[in-house]
Amino acid sequence: MDVQALRKDFPILKRQVNNNPLIYFDNAATTQKPRQVINAISNFYENSNANVHRAVHTLSLEATDLYENSRQKISEFIKAKDWSEVVFVRGTTEAINLVAYSWGLNNLGKGDEVLVSLMEHHSNIVPWEITAKQKGFTIKYAKVNADGKLDYDDFENQFSIKTKIACLSQVSNVTGITNDVKRITKAAHDNGSLMLVDGAQSVPHMAVDVQDLGMDFLAFSGHKMLGPTGIGVLYGKKEVLQKMQPFQGGGEMIKEVEYKQGKGCSLSWNELPWKFEAGTPNISGAIGLAEAVRYLQAIGMDNVLNHEKELTKYAVEGMQQCSKVIIHGSSDLSNNCGIISFSVKGLSSHDVALICDNYGIMIRSGYHCAQPLHQEVLKLQSSDRASFYIYNTKEEIDRFVEVLKEIGQL
Amino acid sequence: MATIDDYVSRIEGTCGAEKDVIVVFKYEKKDEAIANILKKAQIKNKIAGIIFELTFQDTSFRLYSSGKAIFRSIKNRQELNNLLASLLL
Repeated sequence: MDVQALRKDFPILKRQVNNNPLIYFDNAATTQKPRQVINAISNFYENSNANVHRAVHTLSLEATDLYENSRQKISEFIKAKDWSEVVFVRGTTEAINLVAYSWGLNNLGKGDEVLVSLMEHHSNIVPWEITAKQKGFTIKYAKVNADGKLDYDDFENQFSIKTKIACLSQVSNVTGITNDVKRITKAAHDNGSLMLVDGAQSVPHMAVDVQDLGMDFLAFSGHKMLGPTGIGVLYGKKEVLQKMQPFQGGGEMIKEVEYKQGKGCSLSWNELPWKFEAGTPNISGAIGLAEAVRYLQAIGMDNVLNHEKELTKYAVEGMQQCSKVIIHGSSDLSNNCGIISFSVKGLSSHDVALICDNYGIMIRSGYHCAQPLHQEVLKLQSSDRASFYIYNTKEEIDRFVEVLKEIGQL
Repeated sequence: MATIDDYVSRIEGTCGAEKDVIVVFKYEKKDEAIANILKKAQIKNKIAGIIFELTFQDTSFRLYSSGKAIFRSIKNRQELNNLLASLLL
């Protein structure tokens, strides 16, 4: 993997921030975009822009081909059995909300349980908390060990006949720890439960095979994997999606709206996946995401993961030389996926992030939308997070460590 | 007559339990804002010419040469606005 060569594909990496070369270590929040993705979006608007489906003119047919070919490309990327199992949404958050509202509101009630872990992003907690208040079901939280690793025994022991769906992130957005979702999916299915996997931090970084892992739902975002913002995917097993009600109503998701005088309209839904895609979709977003997938496939997902693991190990070794830096999470890096959370003694996380910003280094500070993990498990007010991707280099990490050493002298 | 809006681009509450407030100065006015603040506040510490630990009216805060300031223990927006007005105007 020639990092220096691929960096040339990312125009933004040439810029300076606060009179320093940009070092972008906030990839868990969003990634930068290669020229190929930017061009794919521009090309669509410059040459093929039209609304998709339900028109017979040339531009609409071209736009529809581009949009649906993007779905096909993405379904192959995650090894879905069928392209109709890929629903385009705004991102991971909307994907999980779709399941919570469309499936949850119609299948959960008093006495039922939803099982999540304490390491979840708020996106995998809040939709369930909101719908639980409406339907009266219970949410159970599986424990996470002090080192940030999932307590598998606790998760598995909490399954019961009441559990209707289990929800787990494949990679923690705070610690970078990778969960064995295949194991938890098997436990869910053994207990008659569905399984939802939050793939926001896994799909961009490793090969994910939905058929091998077996989950019923997988949610992920395009913008965390070189694609544009506002596009993401809900993968769902066909047999599960078919039984679900639409999430939103409007154009495209409907087959017929038959008006009967005095009785209003009778409705019938469109086929999968369009049943879940009400209104004009994010066409250029889907095309951009498919281009991002092509870019990642050309590199190879194993190469992506190996590069990030190497950077993570290198960064941790460097950060451990900084006397005031405390790294959170497990010291076992074999399961870490390019994310390091840390604190600097005596400084708030925001101070550290602002100081890094002064040197052109972009890191994140705060809860990273995982307040329960911070408060209940890591016992932190907040943390700093450095997260890496394909275009990051050891030289950038060297600079980052230098800055951390300077910060340690404050 | 100048107001703090002439200098301030955004005020953001931070994520996390600390409840810090970050003031982002307008790019084109940041140097002037920093100069005004440094004239009025007392410098407790200066690090590499880019970070200033300051106190003003019993409030401690940090000012960054990139044009941001981080305030702690601010009770409400009015208190912050009053402080910024005293520092900037």
